Amino acid sequence: MNNKIEVREFSFYYGAFQALKNLYLDIRENAITALIGPSGCGKSTFLRCLNRMNDTIRGTRAEGQVFFDGRDIYAPAVDVVELRQHIGMVFQRPNPFPQSIYDNVAFGPRVVGMAARRSELDRLVQESLEGAALWDEVKHRLRDSALDLNPGQQQRLCIARTIAVKPKVILMDEPCSALDPVATLSVEDLMRRLAQEYTIVIVTHNMQQAARASHYTGFFWLGELVEFNTTENLFSAPKAPLTEAYITGRRG
Amino acid sequence: MAVVQKSSQIDAPTDATSQTNWGEWFIEGVIKVAGISSIVIIGLIFLFLLREGLPAFLDIPLRQLFGTRWYPIEDAFGMAPLLAGSLIVTVGAVVIALPLGLTTAIYMGEIAPPWQREILKPIIEVLAGIPSIVLGFLGWIALAPLIQRLGAPTGLTAFTGSLILAYMSLPTIISIAEDALYAVPKEYRGGALAIGATQWQSIWRVVLPAARPGLVIAVMLGIGRAIGETMAVMMVTGNAANIPSLGSGIFFQPVRTMTATIAAEMGEVAQGSLHYSTLFAIGIVLFVISFAINWLAGRLVGMKGMRRSRRGGML
Repeated sequence: MNNKIEVREFSFYYGAFQALKNLYLDIRENAITALIGPSGCGKSTFLRCLNRMNDTIRGTRAEGQVFFDGRDIYAPAVDVVELRQHIGMVFQRPNPFPQSIYDNVAFGPRVVGMAARRSELDRLVQESLEGAALWDEVKHRLRDSALDLNPGQQQRLCIARTIAVKPKVILMDEPCSALDPVATLSVEDLMRRLAQEYTIVIVTHNMQQAARASHYTGFFWLGELVEFNTTENLFSAPKAPLTEAYITGRRG
Repeated sequence: MAVVQKSSQIDAPTDATSQTNWGEWFIEGVIKVAGISSIVIIGLIFLFLLREGLPAFLDIPLRQLFGTRWYPIEDAFGMAPLLAGSLIVTVGAVVIALPLGLTTAIYMGEIAPPWQREILKPIIEVLAGIPSIVLGFLGWIALAPLIQRLGAPTGLTAFTGSLILAYMSLPTIISIAEDALYAVPKEYRGGALAIGATQWQSIWRVVLPAARPGLVIAVMLGIGRAIGETMAVMMVTGNAANIPSLGSGIFFQPVRTMTATIAAEMGEVAQGSLHYSTLFAIGIVLFVISFAINWLAGRLVGMKGMRRSRRGGML
């Protein structure tokens, strides 16, 4: 399998505080990569570096390279807006816009000018909602407010909104932390299906979720990537003592 | 004070716990009286207006009351010129203040770096505190000659009034609109950017629609400020109670607003005369208009799909 994203010598600062320290990491194409670690270890910061969402925070600075399909996304000529069409993001708390279900999904295609005709847009919205396993639940009420959905449906709507612009990579920042167990499992099922088409990076503090749902796992500790391996190996035979201590619940 | 004690006595027997807590009981009474008294006062104002103004509605046929001639000396009390004056001045003010106010709010809330916001915000609050008579004076001395030079027969026109009023309603519009934008959860902006929207697309398609109820209130309060203003307008609009002639020059002729009419003529009328009650009738019409604006604002805010989402940000 190819590397979709390659991270080299990457460091990140909030003002004077170094949040990420000299990271090397490869994200495989069409796989689910989980990032685990205790709160404040930098895993979410790292995720937000992959589509440069941290650019919106003042006083931050990045060093090193992140190659996406071989191109450094931190190179000066990179169009950040276009980059984010290719590397989408799903947030910790479901954040549907206070608009109709249809308009939420159609938002991306509209702003990037993907669907010129109404019929194309309709098809794209349907495909995206089907892709997010939400179509059957909402097809009769596309004009209803997205805020009327339950949290699990809202999160799947946010996933539908993200895949509507046909990204290559989907970043998920603890997408299930606001969901109940049933909704969590449905999002995990969805992730496995999406992995056939997309590359997925998920941050989670739930180790069972990482073990259940991912192919690769990286363990972060205090801004460093302590260990990176296939999920199976990392959980069954961790190499670093710190990793073992964390996944068995003795540290963290 | 006597009222407070009276209400306390009424409450005491019905609420056993309050007997053990006199402080609580007292504060509750004070708050209750304050709350009810504001309602009572509004009611009394309206009753008083009705009492003084109703004779005009009864004694003057409606067609005449809303007719086109306002010559109190000849007993011609047609409000139409005054209504038209208020309308023209207010519409002009809104047309000027609305885009300026909203764009300023968007700039302050969404685009400006924090240090610029720190400077802009207090300045705008100071603007709100300038007495209207000072602005009227400025308009008279500085603005009117300028407008005359533009080719108007006189500098004291509806447009001059609109400019001053726009300036006066800007602080209201800006600060309320900015609060409305600030209340939009950060997650919406992040969500829009993360799909590949530009900052402007995120503002235009997500933030502004989400802030719409607050923005509507900002505009409505701005209009309310404009339509009720008296002093500044009286000084700069020329005070001619004529129906303005339609056409491109409509904003560049002297007009007289309802408020200015009341202020200018109230001192000279005999109490109880027809002229006197007609001035109160104008007050009633103003009252009704401001109620209508409030009602409209409520309707616009409560419209379908405008429900506010759960608030509260992460991080």
